[in-house]
Amino acid sequence: MTDGTGTQPIFVVEDLHVSVEDKPILKGVDLVVNQGEVHALMGPNGSGKSTLANAIMGHPRYKVTQGRILLRGQDVRKLTPDQRARDGLFLAFQYPISIPGVVMGNFLRSAMKARRGEDLPVREFRKLLDETLDLLKIDPEFVRRYVNDGFSGGEKKRAEVLQMALLKPDLAILDETDSGLDIDALKTVAEGINALRGPELSVLLITHYQRILNYVKPDIVHVLYDGRIVKTGGPELAGELEKQGYDWIIKEFAPEAVGALAASGAGGEA
Amino acid sequence: MVTKVQDVAGDRNYKFGWNDPEFKAVNKPQKGLSEKVVAGISDMKGEPAWMRDFRLKAYGHWLERPMPTGFWGGNIQNYSLDFNDIYYYVKPVAEQGKTWDDIPEEIKRTFDKLGIPEAERKFLSGVEAQYDSEVVYHNIREDLEKLGVIFTDMDSALRDYPDLVREYFGKIIPPNDNKFASLNSAVWSGGSFIYVPKGVKVPMPLQAYFRINTESMGQFERTMIIADEGSDIHYVEGCTAPTYSSDSLHSAVVEIIVKKGAHVRYTTIQNWSDNVFNLVTKRMAVYGEAVGEWIDGNLGSKLTMKYPSTYLLEPGAHGEILSLAMAGPGQHQDAGGKCIHAAPYTTSVINSKSVSKGGGRTSYRGQIKVYPGAKGVKSTVRCDALLLDEESRADTYPLMEIDEQDVTIGHEASVSKLGEEQLFYLMSRGMTEAESAKMIVNGFVEPIVKELPMEYAVELNRLIELQMEGSVG
Repeated sequence: MTDGTGTQPIFVVEDLHVSVEDKPILKGVDLVVNQGEVHALMGPNGSGKSTLANAIMGHPRYKVTQGRILLRGQDVRKLTPDQRARDGLFLAFQYPISIPGVVMGNFLRSAMKARRGEDLPVREFRKLLDETLDLLKIDPEFVRRYVNDGFSGGEKKRAEVLQMALLKPDLAILDETDSGLDIDALKTVAEGINALRGPELSVLLITHYQRILNYVKPDIVHVLYDGRIVKTGGPELAGELEKQGYDWIIKEFAPEAVGALAASGAGGEA
Repeated sequence: MVTKVQDVAGDRNYKFGWNDPEFKAVNKPQKGLSEKVVAGISDMKGEPAWMRDFRLKAYGHWLERPMPTGFWGGNIQNYSLDFNDIYYYVKPVAEQGKTWDDIPEEIKRTFDKLGIPEAERKFLSGVEAQYDSEVVYHNIREDLEKLGVIFTDMDSALRDYPDLVREYFGKIIPPNDNKFASLNSAVWSGGSFIYVPKGVKVPMPLQAYFRINTESMGQFERTMIIADEGSDIHYVEGCTAPTYSSDSLHSAVVEIIVKKGAHVRYTTIQNWSDNVFNLVTKRMAVYGEAVGEWIDGNLGSKLTMKYPSTYLLEPGAHGEILSLAMAGPGQHQDAGGKCIHAAPYTTSVINSKSVSKGGGRTSYRGQIKVYPGAKGVKSTVRCDALLLDEESRADTYPLMEIDEQDVTIGHEASVSKLGEEQLFYLMSRGMTEAESAKMIVNGFVEPIVKELPMEYAVELNRLIELQMEGSVG
């Protein structure tokens, strides 16, 4: 499948339906990411953004009831999360969980071994790690700490980007990697993403706010609402959302929902 | 070579379950226990009259005391352990070896396979190896011997240092302390005796290795450590046994005296096969400004009941218990610790971690006791249990008896299930479910493992990984 411009779609989601505890959350999501593209997926709270991220990665609680998820043309639905990761999918978590007692450095080395299928020589690993720590302005002492244990919000998000950099996925989903960051931390994370994006890395950047898109320029912007992508456009769409909030799109798509959304305070910009 | 009945009793991935079929005892072992058997052990060993009497009195206590019913400890009556179907004394060699070459080939081969001579060469100050009822080999670095450090087996100590032994034997754990202390006091054989003179610091650990070979064996070693003022010693014990379909019994008594300003660390890596009942009494008396530490790792056995205790007897004494238990299918690890604050300004820490899987059961059982007048006592207890599946079980039985107002006592307990979110996180990085579970468990026990010398930490991690194999995914 091509989009006519000659680039290959690296990642395709087709008519994806996902339920959590038998409650349908995604109701037919379609998405085509070509190699090297950065897609921003925006939407109000509760629209299903994190569900899409978790379902793509294969979280056992998110049941795909219909549709396909294709990485380089291969359907990954039957694969376990670790197989998907080894095949080149990556999820930067919105809330990375802490794993006390597991030292970051050992964890990173094991993950890289799994992804590459072989152990990296210690010296090479060290060099790569130091360079990446430097890029993301992370204190080298960090690798001695336990995975996400006692990390500040900013440290957690940088640790996710660090893992993305080391594991070199084909498609990275960044689930609200910008949330909870102050402006300096946001810039650092954005610089990290920009340094890594390119033909080798396609990105699905999930965000509630337009803010990070000032630093990471998306090729395409989607708006997810009530389990469907209701609007797709260029980077200018993000700008419109910043000015006008989500209401105008929702009005177009589901006029009856606007009042409820406004009442919940979930619409608009921060 | 010597592999047999590897997987009769347990589903645990146990690598030490082979036995040595060529082994023949020097005596003619008979099953069952009687006054005659008790006296016979003493006579064979040529003991002084006081020890013979001590044994016989203890045997009387054994007969009088009822079986524990689970008020303190696991309920032994739930099991079909038949005390008449146990060998109480199996003498492995006519004479103890001074070098590894002195001991019979098949026994040496066993300890080679367990890596003991190699460990001795690499990182130990001294080694002792017990096979069934007797110590077959012991050795201590010459420079330490010259400094007056005694490291020998209990039987030799009774012969060579009779006054020292008599002064302390059965004083920390009296023969009527509990049913199994009575049993050990009646039929004890082997075990370590250590004396560290004033101010002497032993640089590397002394290690004892206890190996059961005979089917239906009862092993009853008796260990005593006397750390004189300002001395420092780290003692490590390891133990394994062949896997048999019939029950074996291990019931040790360990008495430790930590004199003023001394430091004793006692590390156990218990990895008995799944047909061994492990019913052990361990206690330290800790004096002024001294530190007594137990690092107690329990991976093996069918039922373990073991609560290493520290009695803090003078101001400034500090006790620390790090307890680690792993229970797999058919196993019950009933472990924990006790800290008895009998003097003001004494402090203690208990940190317990347990992992249950495949229907295994762990219990933390602990006691903190503060006597009236023991002002300024500080004690912290923390116990965390991790369950790897729905069939497994973990319980916490903390007992607090605080008879003084001016104290600071902290207690925290948690039971958690192997987290779906933690697993998903690690798996999303490419590690398989089994690798991820291992990593989480290793992380969970890390605070205890990191206290061990590197070689033992590596060994313990390896054992945990073996035990984890096949448990998930």
